[in-house]
Amino acid sequence: MLRALLGRWRSSLRLLRPAHVEADRAKISVSQLGHRYGNKVVALEDVDLNVRSGEFVCLLGPSGCGKSTLLYALAGQVKPTGGVVSIDGRRIAGPGPDRFLMFQEAALFPWMTVRGNVTFALAARGVPRAERKDRAETYIRRVQLQGFEDALPHQLSGGMKMRASLARALAMDPTVLLMDEPFGSLDAQTRIHMQELLQSIWLRTHKTVVFVTHDVHEALMLGTRVVLMAPRPGRIVRDLEVHLPMPRHPEDAALLEMVRHVAGLLREVEHRARPEAPAAPSSPPPRASAHAAPSATESVRGP
Amino acid sequence: MKREGRWKAYAQKLGLVLLLLAAWEGTSRLGVWSPHLFPGPVTVAESLGRMAADGRLWEATVRSMGRLVRAYLLSVAIGIPLGLLTARLSFFRNAVKPVVMGLQALPSICWLPLALLWFGLTDTAILFVVVMGSVLGIAIATEDAVNGVDPQLIRVASTLGVKGLRFQFGVLLPAALPGIVTGLKLGWSFAWRALLAGELLFVSGGLGQLLTVGRELMDVPQVMAVMVAIILIGITVDRVLFQTVEVRVRRRWGLEGAM
Repeated sequence: MLRALLGRWRSSLRLLRPAHVEADRAKISVSQLGHRYGNKVVALEDVDLNVRSGEFVCLLGPSGCGKSTLLYALAGQVKPTGGVVSIDGRRIAGPGPDRFLMFQEAALFPWMTVRGNVTFALAARGVPRAERKDRAETYIRRVQLQGFEDALPHQLSGGMKMRASLARALAMDPTVLLMDEPFGSLDAQTRIHMQELLQSIWLRTHKTVVFVTHDVHEALMLGTRVVLMAPRPGRIVRDLEVHLPMPRHPEDAALLEMVRHVAGLLREVEHRARPEAPAAPSSPPPRASAHAAPSATESVRGP
Repeated sequence: MKREGRWKAYAQKLGLVLLLLAAWEGTSRLGVWSPHLFPGPVTVAESLGRMAADGRLWEATVRSMGRLVRAYLLSVAIGIPLGLLTARLSFFRNAVKPVVMGLQALPSICWLPLALLWFGLTDTAILFVVVMGSVLGIAIATEDAVNGVDPQLIRVASTLGVKGLRFQFGVLLPAALPGIVTGLKLGWSFAWRALLAGELLFVSGGLGQLLTVGRELMDVPQVMAVMVAIILIGITVDRVLFQTVEVRVRRRWGLEGAM
């Protein structure tokens, strides 16, 4: 039986290992984070998360698991009702230039051209006027949007808008890039292109990225780490490192196997959360799943 | 095909105008009413031509438009900042806005008696009436436009770290511009109405006076001719100036089909 288990872990799933990051070595450190909306709905409870510099962390979970709330707390757009979020050891108190939050919509300024949107961001950052144009062009080239510098947002397709938005984000040159389902509204084909583009950019710049998604494939395609979250109350149930080489291919067999595995974990999480939800949304369910996580990880580390 | 559709629309418009003119001419020729009281379009056109030829019409138009432009610019200069402040500052929202709304309920011509007492029979009195007629409308439209700005853009501005004047003039004002332009157009038509109402009641040159003189002389063709002139001027300014600006802005902002 042990042999069978061993065989199972010999497969690509051995590349999925639990993550252990100590708080003192982390770039982003979240401890005991809790948030309630209107003092009632528990969006997050006792969330601990440490992210190293240069990691690409995907927050994955069903809707209502608090993944977006966690991201907004990192961005400083949401003031959590409990716990501490710090970056580089400093507690954050609001939005700051070291972090940039990208939304699901491209949210470009509609009256500015693509170049105008990027130079506006550069201006906001205090880049001298003379340098703005050249630097904007660099970022536009990096997202492969050359030739569309003078186009207005409404003349672009959804994917191109997102690329322009990404160019603007890169122009801000934040050390931490926070992304809230940025490719959620794109069609499947465009989404794959955007993922590959984002990956190639990340491989060049090695920014710290926290990426919210509910798409398992997307999370495993992009992330060096995948954090599984569960709803009611919003909490982290698994924290896995993905040791697949980059750049990854969307059809890669090992990737697809991992996707099946993680999708299974996610289903388990959802089923466990559901029956207990109306009765007691407090401690019992998270404890149970929190124990489940290490036991599974033990068997990974065994061989 | 698009072009054809446009020509068709023009043809239909022209057809209706011709039909109405023909009906008008026909009715006046029937002689149900005295031709002095109900002249046909030909007589009215002749009267218009006469007034244009002896310069009375131009003089009156220049005079009215001069007043209108001055009053309108003043309204814009007061109305837009007032609207912006109302949208952004709680004092203006809570205290000034109800006052603005209350005053808006007063038809602008009701300011005329007060204006005449304060400023006498001067141009200033008319300017005052016209400004009171359009400034509040512009302020309210501006406030609506600012409040209607896509919250996403405001959030993006905050993540970009855009603050202060760069936010007010670089993000908020341009984002609200399509709505503000609509407000300006509305303000213009308010001003145009207030001006003519004022000129009708208080004689001091201008198109309104031309109308009053026509009535006093029982010169119905002149009255109708001036009415036609007023309609034509109103349409021209609205179509040529405001429509063009509005369409341009909305197109650039991507609010209308790019075609």
